Amino acid sequence: MSFNDVFLIVPNPVLAGFIWFIVIVAVMYFARSPAHRAILSFSRVFHNAMRLSARAVMGAEGRLNERNREVLLEQGREAVERVIEREFDRVDATVRRDLSEYPALHRKLSEEITTIDDDYKESTEVPPEPPGWVKAVDAVAKIPGKDPMVASILEDIHSSMVKANTQAIEEYRKSSHKRHDHLKNMMPHWRKVKSVLGQVDKNVTSLLSRSQTIDRHMQEYEGIIKKTDRSVRALSSSSLTQFFISLLVLAIAIGGAFINFNLIARPMAEMVGGTSQIMGFAINNIAAMVIILVELAMGLFLMETLRITRLFPVIGALNDKVRLRLVWVFFGILLFLALVEAGLAFMREMLMEDDSKVTAALTGTTEGGYADATNSYLWITTVAQMGMGFVLPFALMFVAIPLETFVHAMRTVFGLIGVGTLRVIAWFLRVLGNVMRFFSNSLVQIYDLVIFAPLWLERTVKNKHPKEEDTEVDVSSPI
Amino acid sequence: MGFRKFIIIGFAFLMLSCSAESTGPNNHGVYMLVDTSGTYTKELLQAQKIINFTLSKLNPGDTFAVARVDTGSFSEKDIVYKQFFDDRPSMTNKQKRKFRDEIDKFIKSAKPSAYTDITGGLLQAIEYLNEAGTKKKTVLIFSDLKEELQKGFIRDVPLQLTGFQVIAVNVTKLRSDNIDPREYLDRLEAWELRVQTGEGTWKVINDLSRLEPIFH
Repeated sequence: MSFNDVFLIVPNPVLAGFIWFIVIVAVMYFARSPAHRAILSFSRVFHNAMRLSARAVMGAEGRLNERNREVLLEQGREAVERVIEREFDRVDATVRRDLSEYPALHRKLSEEITTIDDDYKESTEVPPEPPGWVKAVDAVAKIPGKDPMVASILEDIHSSMVKANTQAIEEYRKSSHKRHDHLKNMMPHWRKVKSVLGQVDKNVTSLLSRSQTIDRHMQEYEGIIKKTDRSVRALSSSSLTQFFISLLVLAIAIGGAFINFNLIARPMAEMVGGTSQIMGFAINNIAAMVIILVELAMGLFLMETLRITRLFPVIGALNDKVRLRLVWVFFGILLFLALVEAGLAFMREMLMEDDSKVTAALTGTTEGGYADATNSYLWITTVAQMGMGFVLPFALMFVAIPLETFVHAMRTVFGLIGVGTLRVIAWFLRVLGNVMRFFSNSLVQIYDLVIFAPLWLERTVKNKHPKEEDTEVDVSSPI
Repeated sequence: MGFRKFIIIGFAFLMLSCSAESTGPNNHGVYMLVDTSGTYTKELLQAQKIINFTLSKLNPGDTFAVARVDTGSFSEKDIVYKQFFDDRPSMTNKQKRKFRDEIDKFIKSAKPSAYTDITGGLLQAIEYLNEAGTKKKTVLIFSDLKEELQKGFIRDVPLQLTGFQVIAVNVTKLRSDNIDPREYLDRLEAWELRVQTGEGTWKVINDLSRLEPIFH
């Protein structure tokens, strides 16, 4: 029985359609109340379900946010602790160095001051004593009368006085010269004292500067311990910056690893063969990749044992003796792999040369001749390749630093992305619930629009018999 | 799920992946039939070029065989030289040099045969490449494709060429083809039909520069 058989209850399709419309409207009119209730209850159920889901999602978002906050604060605390620890180490080293030098410095200063003191004493001016017979001259000068003998004695005395005065002036000049020499000798000692005091000042300033840095970090630390919003914002921003910077450095490192791979993939075919495949990858390519990954792992361990990174707590917790032994072990393996790479890079050049010769011989092209002509310069590329093969493993070792930063920053960034995603989901659920709620109201109105004719009739009849109250609840009212 | 379970499942997945189709050699087998009948021996220098070109394009792990087409070609004795190239590139280069030297000797000493048993050579090529088990199988037919069988030889056998590509190279036109080109076209069509009936792919390449794509 087809749709047409059911639909065409009379031969005329228009008439059949009209009859069906009447039937449907009648059915809808009689089922109006239950239909309205069903639509509204369904919308309520849907709206509530969406609202509850949104609340649950927001709850999860809150928990995730709290977790992110905890992670961020914990990471920040560790980082600041590490920085403060390092600053204290530096202060400790400075204090130790300066204090160990302090007795020598003190002795040096004392010696210099004693020397200066001696020179100062030597340079003091002593006034010349007047000659003892001056009083006798005074007595002779008081003899009365004009005795020619007295005049003669006085003249002799005068000439002796002049002579004595000349001698005294000469002696005074000599002693002044000596005093000046003593003062002159004091200059280098003053300079030494100044230099020593300058050094002391420099050390003290350096300590003060460090103490200021420590103060700043301590403030940060206090903020983190108090879990202030300002600290969280600062750490979050710093974490995002570190994430992108470390991502950039890792991308550069991947470029380096790719070059490294190309250097050794081809000659690896000489060792493991280049025809078999595993999961679609040539076995020599896999072997080359494994070597690079082993180098990376050794580099990570080396950086870890040197305590530059802190990715593996087990290595960090080892005692210093074992740790230092491991440093040499990892360095040895890395050196060995670097030498292997240099050898493979050399072999690559040889193979390429051999390939070009064979191809030239087979195809009769001039490639072979070209290779011969440029042979004298080929050593440059060979040496460059060997150098790169040797250096790149050590360069890749430093990937550990951005990797550590990336791993730490990734937790925060993924957490932020998770929070953002949950917020969007919650918003979407709320919007969906509200849309459904208002849509059901519209649906009820559309329902009534379809059966407007019987409703109009009903109202007309009711208006004619106003005593007969309609006790039915108006379910079409908005929610 | 515990960490140990995760490791076990990961390892099992890796093993399954290893045993999938992608695992195994990705090599190429080439079998070249060189027509030495009648006046076609004049074309042997061209054959030498194609052989050398093919050698330059093959990689470690590939296999290459050159066989002459004469009166009865369904025989290992007609294989002039064959080589499975080593996994190591340096060894492959040595093998290629040796191959070239052997072909040079053959070109110098080749004598024209009375008949042309291309079908026999093709059957031998199928047998050789199936036995080699290479992933890609190519048969190069260096001939004018005019088959002339000795009396008593039965070559009306179906060819099983599933996974094979058969390429006719340097298909020269005979004097009779010039008089009636339909002969040449019919000859090509007949071989194409025969190869396609055997579920192989057929191609005619007369320009050496167009040969390169088949090695990619």
